[in-house]
Amino acid sequence: MFIPAQMALMPDGKRLHLHHGPIDLIIEAFGTSNEVRKSYQQAMEYFPSILPGLVSEIKELRKPYNRDWKPKGPVSHRMQEACRPYEGIFVTPMATVAGAVADQTLEILMSNRILEKIYVNNGGDIAFHLKRGHVLTTGIVSDNDFPNINAKSELSYDMPVRGIATSGWKGRSQSMGIADSVTVMAANAAAADIAATIIANAVITDHPAVRQEPATSQDIDSDLGDKLVTVGVGKLDKRSIEKALESGQAAAEKLQLTGHITAAVLVLQNDIRVVGFAPDGMLAHVA
Amino acid sequence: MADTKSSKSDGLIRCDACPVLCRIRDGKTGACDRYGNFDGKLVRMDPVVVAQKILDEKGELVPFAISARDWDGSLMRNTPTFLTGIGSTTTYPDYKPAPFIISSDEAGVDMVTVVSEGVFSYCGVKVKIDTDAYIGPEPAAIRVNGEQVGHVTTAEYGSQMLAIGGVRHLTGGSKKEGNITCNTMMRLCNKEAVEMSVDGGAQIVVEAGKAPIINGIQEERMRVGCGSATVGIFAPQWHNYVDEVIVVDDHITAVLSEHQAGKFLDMPPAGIRVRGRRSTPGRYFQVADHGAGWGGTNITDPLDIIEKIEPDVAWPGLRLLMVSTTGQDAAYFELDETLTPVEKDMSDEVKIVVNRIGENCEPALCSVMFMGGAGGSLRAGVTVNPVRLTRSVKETITSVTCGGAPVFIWPGGGITLMVDVNEMPDNSFGYVPTPALVAPIEFTLPAERYEEMGGYVDRIRALEDVMDNENVRSIPWNRDHPWPLRTDNVNGRKQGS
Repeated sequence: MFIPAQMALMPDGKRLHLHHGPIDLIIEAFGTSNEVRKSYQQAMEYFPSILPGLVSEIKELRKPYNRDWKPKGPVSHRMQEACRPYEGIFVTPMATVAGAVADQTLEILMSNRILEKIYVNNGGDIAFHLKRGHVLTTGIVSDNDFPNINAKSELSYDMPVRGIATSGWKGRSQSMGIADSVTVMAANAAAADIAATIIANAVITDHPAVRQEPATSQDIDSDLGDKLVTVGVGKLDKRSIEKALESGQAAAEKLQLTGHITAAVLVLQNDIRVVGFAPDGMLAHVA
Repeated sequence: MADTKSSKSDGLIRCDACPVLCRIRDGKTGACDRYGNFDGKLVRMDPVVVAQKILDEKGELVPFAISARDWDGSLMRNTPTFLTGIGSTTTYPDYKPAPFIISSDEAGVDMVTVVSEGVFSYCGVKVKIDTDAYIGPEPAAIRVNGEQVGHVTTAEYGSQMLAIGGVRHLTGGSKKEGNITCNTMMRLCNKEAVEMSVDGGAQIVVEAGKAPIINGIQEERMRVGCGSATVGIFAPQWHNYVDEVIVVDDHITAVLSEHQAGKFLDMPPAGIRVRGRRSTPGRYFQVADHGAGWGGTNITDPLDIIEKIEPDVAWPGLRLLMVSTTGQDAAYFELDETLTPVEKDMSDEVKIVVNRIGENCEPALCSVMFMGGAGGSLRAGVTVNPVRLTRSVKETITSVTCGGAPVFIWPGGGITLMVDVNEMPDNSFGYVPTPALVAPIEFTLPAERYEEMGGYVDRIRALEDVMDNENVRSIPWNRDHPWPLRTDNVNGRKQGS
């Protein structure tokens, strides 16, 4: 028997925690108490169906992107859509699952509700909505092993950003690159999620301190198959760090110029690159 | 906890906690990071842990060390159960009641256990390494990944001591220094192997309960005593089989015929002078430098410590044994016509005593003690009047345990405790990004005393309620530990005895 979805208000009485298998959402809505309550109620009714929906199509979602495949579920549909700009490079819809779940949950939370501000944080991939004049403050963590809030940044209504996602080899999902973190801001969380994955994959250089293994040696069901994923990065020299970051920066600039992302912040061993417009504070944390 | 099982094949297990049905390789976790494959078993990564008295078929308590590995973590009913702080989470830094305040009935007395994972900003790790090998000068910096995490502190008999962590490295230096210090302490306390380098000293690998690895060499034994003590112990057993014994030791090298022990046996002087500074007859300091050679010196050829052989005292055929304080290194010589030592096979009688030195050396071990001060908000999670908790602990009304293990409470102010991490369940420790170490801690006392001290009586839950409604994992109770819920803990029983 599966453990059912767990849904509860956090001890602070304000945030909603939705948990089901690998999905873990922290939600906070701002508005009249009545609207917030109704919004949470909608999410709690809908949430338990998300994971089974994904599982029913998981085989296809783990395959490399194929434009002819027609997903059934709304989350799968978002994942497939997010892949569209990347036809021709290796990418699977699974690369965007966290962002797509956040986006879909956000839509359910907002449907027919009047809220000033709301965010859905799916393990660091965040979808949000702002009413005019409101601001979302986020903390940036550059090293998952030592999750300090390295910086805070403010995202305002007038910015074309409603999704933030972070990728890196140390995180829960696998990366072919060596970035400690690549944080991307884009129009929604799924778009940010997949772009972060692709830019993080591009942060790479040949160096003996980089240890890679086939993805399936780590996770037998990995959507990356036998592609090499990073399992360890030792201390790199300055040149190698620059080379890897430049490679990632080039990928990010291309995505920014073509309008797929608004900004990206790449971090590798205390070195940083910024592409596009990044809010103040995001850069302050790097030593 | 839901009824989660796993099916097994090829070292993979299938997790059925959710519809994703991850297949998980050994040592890995599933997509959620919450369930993992540990030795072919599916385990929940962060349940709260209860230690239960588990009886075998004969009704005997099963030993902790063996059963902890075999026990599948499922909960037993109707057996004495102690809720540990492991996995209980913390309320830091909020001044609110501890995560679990549990009542249980022990022999008709209502006992309360306040359980949390304490966040220790002030804490350190004391490491005792049983070895003669030279580790580094006192108080040399100890580094991990280049950051200082502690220092070499005063040596003890047969052991080198390290002081790791502490608030200055945690929060007084750079962020990196703090993070690496925190991580080092956590790994040491979780019984992981940690590699450290000592400024001007050795590269060492420390793992609680295991032999140290020093400069790539695994130590086997701690010395039986210093050179002088070795001579003192074994002198009569060598007498008649050799004319001289030199016990090579980095601390005190001993020469039997000059030593009080040799004099007592009426051994004639042998005229073999060793290097170094004479302390008292037959006892020499600094015969060589520190190193990885004989007895913690840098000597690999024992004859190197012989300064001269006096021709008018020594005689051809003189039988000389040179041996280290662990018996791991030994060589037997006889002087030829020119009074030059020639190495020969040692007789069985001599060999027996050399082996006996080894037999009397205990295995070299690293012992790791966690030391921390249970300060402000941790005590505030127990009572609205924190000093009363301190007093109650000092009066031994309240018993303190870490993951069920007994602790030593320092005299004086505050609740400053020490606990042997090897007595605690595996992976008991965590951290918060402050950085600070998180350790399980439990305060147990009679319910009426808890009420008196200003405890959160309205937050008390029955143990059964927690076992029914929370995610709980069971481990076997360590039968060597005093049972914290024993009512005779109250008054007069010292902590950790």
